[in-house]
Amino acid sequence: MSLLTIVRVALKALGRNKLRTALTMLGMIIGVAAVVTMVGLGRGAQEEIEAQIRKAGPNLIRVRAGNFRRGGISQGIGGAPTLTVADADAIRAQVPGVLHLSASVNTREQVVSANRNWPTLIEGSDVELPPIRSWDVQHGAFFDAAQVRAAARVAVLGSVVRDNLFGPQTDPVGERIRIRNQSFRIIGVMAAKGAGAFGQDQDDVIFVPYTTVQKKLRGRDGVNISGIFVSAHSPDSVDRVAGEIAAVLRARHELAPGEPDDFMVRSQTDVTAMRSQMTRTMTGLLASIAGVSLIVGGIGIMNIMLVSVTERTREIGLRMAVGAQGRDVLRQFLVEAAVLSLVGGLAGAALGFGVSAALTRLLDWPTAIPAEAVAAAVAFAGATGIVFGFYPARQAARLDPIEALRFE
Amino acid sequence: MPLISVRDLTRTYTLGDVAVHALRGVSLDIAAGEFVSVSGPSGSGKSTFMHILGCLDRPTSGSYRLAGRDVSGLSRDQLAVVRNREIGFVFQGFNLLARTTALDNVELPLLYRGGGMRAAERRRLARDTLAAVGLGDRLHHLPNQLSGGQQQRVAIARALINRPAIVAADEPTGNLDSQTSIEVMELFRRLNAESGITIVLITHEREIAAYGDRIIRFRDGAIAADAPAS
Repeated sequence: MSLLTIVRVALKALGRNKLRTALTMLGMIIGVAAVVTMVGLGRGAQEEIEAQIRKAGPNLIRVRAGNFRRGGISQGIGGAPTLTVADADAIRAQVPGVLHLSASVNTREQVVSANRNWPTLIEGSDVELPPIRSWDVQHGAFFDAAQVRAAARVAVLGSVVRDNLFGPQTDPVGERIRIRNQSFRIIGVMAAKGAGAFGQDQDDVIFVPYTTVQKKLRGRDGVNISGIFVSAHSPDSVDRVAGEIAAVLRARHELAPGEPDDFMVRSQTDVTAMRSQMTRTMTGLLASIAGVSLIVGGIGIMNIMLVSVTERTREIGLRMAVGAQGRDVLRQFLVEAAVLSLVGGLAGAALGFGVSAALTRLLDWPTAIPAEAVAAAVAFAGATGIVFGFYPARQAARLDPIEALRFE
Repeated sequence: MPLISVRDLTRTYTLGDVAVHALRGVSLDIAAGEFVSVSGPSGSGKSTFMHILGCLDRPTSGSYRLAGRDVSGLSRDQLAVVRNREIGFVFQGFNLLARTTALDNVELPLLYRGGGMRAAERRRLARDTLAAVGLGDRLHHLPNQLSGGQQQRVAIARALINRPAIVAADEPTGNLDSQTSIEVMELFRRLNAESGITIVLITHEREIAAYGDRIIRFRDGAIAADAPAS
């Protein structure tokens, strides 16, 4: 019996009981739809993270002071002023492959405009910060080197700060705000950047020259800084540059071999890799739970096929009487099971696409369904049908024709 | 050479600890073109004989030569091939596939024939065979849309489609009223007379057995009488 004929016979047999066929497929449909949706959600989240890396500047390296151990007590990040302006200058001078560099000193302050106030992060930085973080200035301009040298009282607002002090869509360039009772002139507003890799609001910030934070807001010397932003020439050189920065800093801080770093060097890729890993684990977990439903669907097929073999005993006996061999009957029932699971799988894939599209539309969850995952889910569904269909099919093929014909 | 030649056929079943001797040494020959009625009370072994004759079962001992070939030692699958090519079955309960057209029911044995007959050719054969049993206008009817006599004629067409050497009919009129029974038996007579097809008919009804040329009576697993119909 040719495969085409077997398929035709199986399709006719399935067509004779359409409701049962549909209900049996439902298990597979739900299983595959669940897998496709879960993988789609996971991949969507993954792609969003990758987009965030691109937005944050893929070549970004962050150096932070601290992680400093004194008398056996770890001070933690930022726990001790271990980085200096001279460190930043040394990195710029000694590490090849550094494209941009910006020293950073932060403080939190209550900021006051004419009639409103807002607590925010004052981020002292150098002039190269916008290219390092791929961040555009929307209104006005970022401060320049002369303003940094002069520790000028100039401020560039993040969009959230602008919204809260002056209202959305306003251009407050030229206005004045007060920080620690000192008057700052607003010279620019940053474009909105959105949430960072861990969901923090990056736009709730005011940029001022780092020298201004050092001398005018913290009232300390002009030596210590809390961190350094560096961008490498290319994504490929990020790891090497990060390594060399660490080496330069260890040499400058005269750390003996075996002594822990008193600073921390982190590339943007490290941070996002961590979150990617988290998302991947989550997706894997959800997809395997969904995968279990595929197996449940397979067991459903086995169940129905067993019932079907019993119910169709006379049919099987008749087929044998008119010349069906054991393998003909075996193949017919296997193909029936495979058709149930494959068609169910395809319908499930379609449903999965639909659910994903609906999630994106209604809940704004990013989804991206990889073709190979769909193919794998459908293939797995088909394989499940054949595996679970084999036992009932073999039962059918082993029937004795006389007994089968007599079966009531 | 006879079409069917059985010698010392025995068939013993084991039911629990009890051995049931359904056939106790049956020998007979049936020539091609004969119309043989096999009768006897229930439990006489006529059904068992029919199953072996129809290659649905194998004898416990003895030989069975079908068209000169010993088929008593064939495997399950080899017997399936013999059934497909050489034997057409007609059952008491028709055994048509439900929710399947007359045409598809008749075509069924062709699907297991092998040799790659084209679908159009199968259709044509099935249509011709249904026309030959007088159902040329019922091709696309489902079994539940046909009367008992029509259903049995579909089953007869199915038995004939592979041009078998033997049609084995097991109580073919058992589910039919007497008028329809006569029609079905006339059809068997006509097929035998016109196509020379060998018919082995199992029945316990005397009037039905009388349609055969030769009547074989079974009793207690052996042949009690074997004579031409009067």
